[in-house]
Amino acid sequence: MTLQRYSRFILALAGALLLSACSDGQRTAVEIGNEQQILHMGNGDEPSDVDPHTTVGIPERQIQLALFEGLVSKSSETLEIEPGVAHSWDISEDGLVYTFYLNEEARWSNGDPITAEHFVWSWRRALLPGLGNQYAYSLYSIKNAEDFHRERISDFDEVGVTAVDERTLRIELESPVPYFLELLEHHSFYPVHPPTIEQFGRPDQRGTRWTRPENFVGNGAFTLKSWEPNRVLVVEKNPHYWDADRVLLNEIHFYPVQQPATEERMFRAGQLHIINLLAEERVPRYKSEEHPALRSFANYATYYYEFNTRVEPLGDPRVRRALSLSINREQITDQMLRGGQRPAEHFTPPGAGYEARARVPYNPEKARELLAEAGYPNGQGFPTLTILYNTLDVHERIAVVIQQMWRQELNVNVTLRNQDWRVYLASKRGGDYHIARSGWVADYYDPNTFLDMFLSDGGNNDTGWSNERYDELIGRAARAEDTEQRMEYFQQAEAILLEEAPIAPIYFYQYNHLVSPSVRGWHSNVMKHVNYKGVYLESQP
Amino acid sequence: MLRFLCKRLALAIPVMLVVITITFFLIRLAPGGPFDQERNVPPEVMANLHAQYNLDAPVVRQYFDYLGDLLRGDLGPSFRYTTRSVNEMIARGFPVTMELGLYAILFALLVGMPAGIIAAMRPNSLQDYVPMSAAMVGICLPSFVLGPILMLIFGIWLGWLPVSGWGSTPGDKILPAITLGSTYAAYIARITRGGMLEVLSQDYIRTARAKGLSTWRVVMVHALRGGVTPVVSYLGPALAGLLAGSFVVETIFQIPGLGRFYIQAAFNRDYTMIMGTTVFLAGLIILFNLIADVILVWLNPRLRQEAGH
Repeated sequence: MTLQRYSRFILALAGALLLSACSDGQRTAVEIGNEQQILHMGNGDEPSDVDPHTTVGIPERQIQLALFEGLVSKSSETLEIEPGVAHSWDISEDGLVYTFYLNEEARWSNGDPITAEHFVWSWRRALLPGLGNQYAYSLYSIKNAEDFHRERISDFDEVGVTAVDERTLRIELESPVPYFLELLEHHSFYPVHPPTIEQFGRPDQRGTRWTRPENFVGNGAFTLKSWEPNRVLVVEKNPHYWDADRVLLNEIHFYPVQQPATEERMFRAGQLHIINLLAEERVPRYKSEEHPALRSFANYATYYYEFNTRVEPLGDPRVRRALSLSINREQITDQMLRGGQRPAEHFTPPGAGYEARARVPYNPEKARELLAEAGYPNGQGFPTLTILYNTLDVHERIAVVIQQMWRQELNVNVTLRNQDWRVYLASKRGGDYHIARSGWVADYYDPNTFLDMFLSDGGNNDTGWSNERYDELIGRAARAEDTEQRMEYFQQAEAILLEEAPIAPIYFYQYNHLVSPSVRGWHSNVMKHVNYKGVYLESQP
Repeated sequence: MLRFLCKRLALAIPVMLVVITITFFLIRLAPGGPFDQERNVPPEVMANLHAQYNLDAPVVRQYFDYLGDLLRGDLGPSFRYTTRSVNEMIARGFPVTMELGLYAILFALLVGMPAGIIAAMRPNSLQDYVPMSAAMVGICLPSFVLGPILMLIFGIWLGWLPVSGWGSTPGDKILPAITLGSTYAAYIARITRGGMLEVLSQDYIRTARAKGLSTWRVVMVHALRGGVTPVVSYLGPALAGLLAGSFVVETIFQIPGLGRFYIQAAFNRDYTMIMGTTVFLAGLIILFNLIADVILVWLNPRLRQEAGH
């Protein structure tokens, strides 16, 4: 074969392949989806399971929001609590007893009615020690729930959940929880169908086959249609759902796409309506183009540095505060990240009726003064500390910038250390770090989700910092009946947190993603909360 | 031949055992456990989780339990994908990766071998330089660069081919196969050229030419069989490499293959999944090398005699 003949052969082959590929008339998945009300969504990681009592991740949560419904649900437009399985509820005056009245129309996806007893059974399951539910602590506000979960009592009758009758559920709390309705919307409070779970194993058995599409029974607006790991998970409209008239989509396809770049290409090629996350570096470009698909909104989440107060000289609050004061946050958000993030001069993001008064501004003079007071004038004698972060480009860039800021402003040298996610978690847990990058995303829409983290016995307080006054204020806030008073306690607590500085807040997250203009009724909000009810697709004009 | 096969298979057993043992203990030495996550959980919960997966037993005991299960063909449940067993994940992922690998190898052979032959026919001429330079570029261009470039051109600008998926739309297998295959095509081109050059300089080729046979006949009938021997011995490891190394292509093209499970398992500390995929791939690599050796023996009469003894 001569070169010419050979190249002709290759060209012909390539042409044939391409022609065969384009024979489906060039219609994209999005175009077809618009007509058939099928939403295609990028969903980050492959879900580990869809069982609401054994999963912890956001990809799982996004799917569970379609497959299950709690006693209450939440509007994605206003973030207000709306009726879910319960059509109404009473709260006792002391805030300790909640009585829920279940909707008679509420049914499981197999047509069975949902009863109050199902909730009691489900929450007992969520708390069974053997199940290893990593989110069981969200039920701890219920009376004796923690004791049952930690095997201090074994009789579930002592736990404050009672089915008064078929459609009435009574919940008793340990102490008043002003955001209890918010909590009820969390997936750990979702009901599961007892007969289905029992059919495939013990209630406290993880990973049984009950969540396979052929076995699955749920109570959400959608039900599980198919699930091919690492390819796609499909949910379809649940005809037995009590509010089915308001469910406008026929199907939602969740794609486990880990790489934001892949997701974006899929979006541009018309394979996705919604992408989970737009890569940081792509945001400025979409912004300058005023791209109609770009959704950029504040997230109820904070990026911050933790100081290990057990390590000298970080045990000295003056040193910690000096380090925090010499971070130029605006430079990080406006010149480096440029994705709409806001500089964080306090820890709790503004929202839920609260904005902290206390601040850690950028003030290098004050920082130098504090450092000198602590015995390190002009950084002399200051040991070399290390910033720990999990391996990711953005964390590295921020660490480099902060390293420079500290060197420049305080003459303090730090080294950088990156670790794979699990190793980083283990180092942080074990206190094997000096300064560590961290992020906190709210579990519920209330300042408490940020501030109770730094209680002396807080399970997520890896800093070793503890302060009696702080603990007392957070405790008082939990018991306060008056909202204004409660917020005041939070204000005082946050002032202590910033003054003592076991952490240095850096920025408040901004969530950027792409939503095709053909998607209607999709409300992006600070909690990244999704309510698929009311979402529909319209062919673009 | 049978003795040769038996000997090779007997050698495979200690190799597998070493692979299993090293992997088993190494993953347990890595910091961070399979159930660590951002939110701390009470120690009681962690203990219960460990109990569910036999992680509370002494490590040596876990090791022998694992070996026992392995002999029964049970690779255990995945820690991360809780509803699935490792057997199921491999059964789902492997055919996809295998199919992708086969297309890639097919593409690599279809492009690489002719390019190498053409280059060898007139060494140090334009006919040699053009395909060999292209091969050099192919070797240097990693799949995470080539993939997105192909996607951009054929998926987004021209809109001819889908940029992701596997078997859901026609044509979605083309770009991944080309991306994965191109590096191998380049290697095969170079190996073919080398093999052919050596053979073409041998006496029997000169004899064939002297008999007045056409260049075409000399190359295709007489030289090719000897010339492609290095390619065949390269194919075994290449196919194994394709299977284990398809991770990048599977990730950028959203392909539900084994490569993606494998790499994610390591990040997730999904012990059973890491073990299962490692054992499976190790077995496969041994098998492919064996097949390549058998073909070599069959192609080369001298080796055939040695194997017989």
